[in-house]
Amino acid sequence: MAERLLEAIGLNAAYAGYDGREVQAVDNCSVYIDEGEILGVAGESGCGKSTLGAVLSLTTRPPLYVKSGTLRIDGKEQELGHGVKIPREWRGEVVSLLPQGALNSLSYTAKISSLVVDVMRAHDPSIKKDEALDRARDRMKAVGLPPRALDSYPHQLSGGMKQRVITIISTLLNPRLLIADEPTSALDVSSQRALVEMLREMLNQRIMAGVIFITHDLPLLKSISDRIAVMYAGQIVEVGAAETIAERPWHPYSAALLNAVLAPEPETLTKKVFAIQGSPPSLVAPPPGCRFHPRCGLEMDICSEKEPSPRGDHMRYSKCWWTQQNPTTPINLDDVLGFKAKIDDVRDESLVAAIDHVAGPVVTAEAPTKEVS
Amino acid sequence: MDALLEAKDLTKVFGHRNNEVRAVDNVTFTLPKKTITAVVGESGSGKSTLARLVLGLLPITSGSITFDGKDVTRLGAHDRAVYWRDVQAVFQDPFAAFNQFFTVERLLNRSLKLVPDKAEGSARREEALGHVGFKVEDVIKKHPHELSGGQRQRIMIARALMMRPKLLVADEATSMLDASLRVNVLNVLTDLRDKLDTTVMIITHDIGQACYLADQMLVMEHGVMVEQGPTKEVVFNPQHRYTKQLLADVPKLHGDLGEVPVA
Repeated sequence: MAERLLEAIGLNAAYAGYDGREVQAVDNCSVYIDEGEILGVAGESGCGKSTLGAVLSLTTRPPLYVKSGTLRIDGKEQELGHGVKIPREWRGEVVSLLPQGALNSLSYTAKISSLVVDVMRAHDPSIKKDEALDRARDRMKAVGLPPRALDSYPHQLSGGMKQRVITIISTLLNPRLLIADEPTSALDVSSQRALVEMLREMLNQRIMAGVIFITHDLPLLKSISDRIAVMYAGQIVEVGAAETIAERPWHPYSAALLNAVLAPEPETLTKKVFAIQGSPPSLVAPPPGCRFHPRCGLEMDICSEKEPSPRGDHMRYSKCWWTQQNPTTPINLDDVLGFKAKIDDVRDESLVAAIDHVAGPVVTAEAPTKEVS
Repeated sequence: MDALLEAKDLTKVFGHRNNEVRAVDNVTFTLPKKTITAVVGESGSGKSTLARLVLGLLPITSGSITFDGKDVTRLGAHDRAVYWRDVQAVFQDPFAAFNQFFTVERLLNRSLKLVPDKAEGSARREEALGHVGFKVEDVIKKHPHELSGGQRQRIMIARALMMRPKLLVADEATSMLDASLRVNVLNVLTDLRDKLDTTVMIITHDIGQACYLADQMLVMEHGVMVEQGPTKEVVFNPQHRYTKQLLADVPKLHGDLGEVPVA
């Protein structure tokens, strides 16, 4: 049994609105990671996955506030909340963020090497320039990147190379946990793969002990992560091993999300795919009970009344009343996308379009089970 | 099958001498009527340049394009405006293509200047919004910030549809959208082919998407078209090394990453 690396318990974070309203983007989320593990976080735009990344990497800044939560890494404990001062060494050395759009965060007029020195000096003012550069050079050699990239200006590097260089820099201080927020969304598939393989290699070399990988790209997530957490409207609705989630999700939202994935596989040629009806709820006033119930075809009375309690343990659970009552039945996607649902529940017009579609060809959307030979 | 558009030895060179970049190099293909063709390739493979050549947005260095039997390689200002009634585009960024201060109505009306008859124009506007699943009164007074990304992209498609184009070019039209919104837009494109007999050319780096949508697939590498053919054959029986590599790199939902073929 691997050592537990991270326990983040009861995280709550909100954006302060201009009129005093709060948008609770992360609502009572708990995250657990074992040593050597990659946890993928999936979800639609605006579901709070980047906010969760900011909270875990201790990089929240106004208007985003952490309201409460506890972070425990390697036995060290840190309370989060209003007015709590976080020791400097936590940032960069314990947790480190590989941000979204890192490609554009490099200064155009400075060589990569000067950024390396800046980063190292910020944590250890006495470090010599050569020492800092040597460390970066060794690191690059270790993962198979050309060290001469350090002497380049950002515009001389390709997008994929820039992203890999930034990954190296964000792990220079040997963080225990790396939080990668959509690092690959601007890259094409080949560079994406190179970055993903590099992250694996760094994990094998124990440069960091664990990774949280945030992206909306499910196939990518499945190929990199050991476990996947699916977020919806600020909450984690399902966590489980990547393989199990891809083959047999426990939450209707995960099932619908997976169905919308288009991969170059034989069934893609013939299947007709439909989106989930409606749009994600406003986080200013989320729906009561299960937040997914207004869009869910499996909705029961209890769904709008009580928030579902998790089924399973904290390494593998789902929050859904339906699966709790039908633990052995696979989720039927036709039911989830429930075209029988009430139209006035939905603000978006996409449902109307979806219903038009149904009048046409019959849907053959079963839960993704087929294996490619 | 009848060809709507034929491109022959199409070449686009940027820069001169030492800085010369052959962004599109001797590319020949046809777009059969009422089909969806996908152009795939990695960043910098020249697929967007190809789209711009087809749209007449960039001058062609050499080669020719024939559209509906007419040579459209070099067009004067008037002829180009006529060409744009038949050929319309949807671009990548639904957030950048809008003027933030314009309502949807004003935005659409600007495009309607290409349609001479006003009554005809507003009828078309209503029809086009219907095709993408909107009711006119619901969206027409809205500003872009009141619409979600998927809704904006559907408005952009509606704008293109108002011209009743014979050819719709979608350049990475869905890459900024979430997977679940994306399928909405893709389904709209298949409907166009099936119900309105529109020919569609999509430019994408997402092979899964191309696989779902396209009848024909063109694969580009460094400006050269390395493989083309029916989607089924290109995806499940790729011949060229580059296509194999591209397919191997795509993360799959089921099974593991493919092996990279030895060059």
